[in-house]
Amino acid sequence: MALALQTFSTVKDADAALKAAGTRYLGGGTLVVRATNEGDVSLSSFVRSTEPSLSTIAVSGGKIRLGASVTMAAIARHPDLSTLSPAARAVGGPAIRNMATVGGNLFAPAPYGDFAVALLALDATVRTDDGETPIETFLAKRDDSRAIVTSVGFALPSHGGFRFLKVSRVKPKGISVLSIAAVLEQAADGTVCAARIALGCMADRPMRARAAEKALLGRKLTKDGIAPALAAVGEGTSPITDPIASAWYRTQVLPVHLGRLLLGQVAGMETKA
Amino acid sequence: MAKVPVQFTLNGAEKAEFVDSGTTLLHALRDKIGDTSPKGGCHQGTCGACSVIIDGELRLSCLTLAETCNGAAITTTSGLSQGGVLHPLQRAFLDAFATQCGFCTPGMIMAAKVLLDQTPNPSRAEVVEALSGNICRCTGYEPIIQAVLTAARSNSQRAA
Ligand SMILES: Cc1cc2nc3c(=O)[nH]c(=O)nc-3n(C[C@H](O)[C@H](O)[C@H](O)COP(=O)(O)OP(=O)(O)OC[C@H]3O[C@@H](n4cnc5c(N)ncnc54)[C@H](O)[C@@H]3O)c2cc1C
Repeated sequence: MALALQTFSTVKDADAALKAAGTRYLGGGTLVVRATNEGDVSLSSFVRSTEPSLSTIAVSGGKIRLGASVTMAAIARHPDLSTLSPAARAVGGPAIRNMATVGGNLFAPAPYGDFAVALLALDATVRTDDGETPIETFLAKRDDSRAIVTSVGFALPSHGGFRFLKVSRVKPKGISVLSIAAVLEQAADGTVCAARIALGCMADRPMRARAAEKALLGRKLTKDGIAPALAAVGEGTSPITDPIASAWYRTQVLPVHLGRLLLGQVAGMETKA
Repeated sequence: MAKVPVQFTLNGAEKAEFVDSGTTLLHALRDKIGDTSPKGGCHQGTCGACSVIIDGELRLSCLTLAETCNGAAITTTSGLSQGGVLHPLQRAFLDAFATQCGFCTPGMIMAAKVLLDQTPNPSRAEVVEALSGNICRCTGYEPIIQAVLTAARSNSQRAA
């Protein structure tokens, strides 16, 4: 079935057009065009905006703002975003990364949404023309969201403070068995004084591992120190079952991979000395 | 459904067509313009057979709407040979027996071309990474990787 594409130079006009039934915002199209290729007839029209701010990356004083149309490839090659590069590179192969946007990743259902997992650990805020929403609230309500996401903002953690791991069966590119992102702050003696851990594929969308975060506080990142966090990380999860892995398998391997991430045993990972 | 105009350069030549709104670039190239070098494999972005280069970046033409390419410069594998002389990548694929059924070859060559344009002397790992969005169901990956490394070497010999 033929689909109309409406292109607007401003987000405001595109937002207005998006109110019509059967319309959907078009980011990079890697999920929505795929859906129409597969025969999704619920869509009659795509809306997009070419407003330049949507494609802008702003870095200032440790604060980052990524326009919603910024692609994974643009993040991966940006000199000031090397901390985030592993999460951006985790999304698909080279062609997908040239197309996949930040905005689209926020809506991607599990097993996708690897970059949104990173944004959740970074405690990002999601901006629309209606205002700014904490990412956790945004993700919880995303199915009802009709407004165009214009950007996400967050503070970049200090060097080594952000850790990311994607587990997949096919290397170097493969769909997630699970992904984990963590932002950790450590005191001078090495004990964890703040922790945010986000999980991908452990629910239908990225989620926080609050019990594990709590169990890490005051502990050192040693085998014994992290044991309570590993024991708690499954709390509140309801992993997906798909052709990549069963929910049972995901539950079993989650503590193993969190352990590797916390102990700095992930290839290519830079951690604080 | 109203037709919409699309205009871009394809392998250096101006192209203008009217297509149904929502038409994919793959469909426009193959069925409207007649360039059948990008292949329609999975139409889901998974196989990479439809890969083309848009403004210097590797893209999947099956997931790209033709209308979004207005004003773009598009390269496909059919535009690589010059005056009947094969591009070094095409030559290397033939010499290394890197095509079995050949269906994935145009996509592989597009992915490899972007790599060599940006990284003239890639490592094996970089070649593997660059081809990671392209699937060969004849399982011929090793000769494909070797062909890309050979093309890189022949490029740098010519440049020397
Ligand atoms: C072969 C393949 C491999 C993939 N591998 C991965 C992977 O490894 N990891 C991963 O995370 N994902 C993966 N994906 C999924 C997808 O490519 C990414 O999640 C991508 O970031 C989605 O972004 P997009 O711009 O293409 O979204 P689109 O397809 O354009 O949109 C997806 C949804 O988000 C909505 N949307 C997009 N932008 C906005 C906005 N600004 N405001 C409001 N709504 C918006 C759309 O309306 C739609 O509902 C893969 C997809 C394919 C086809």
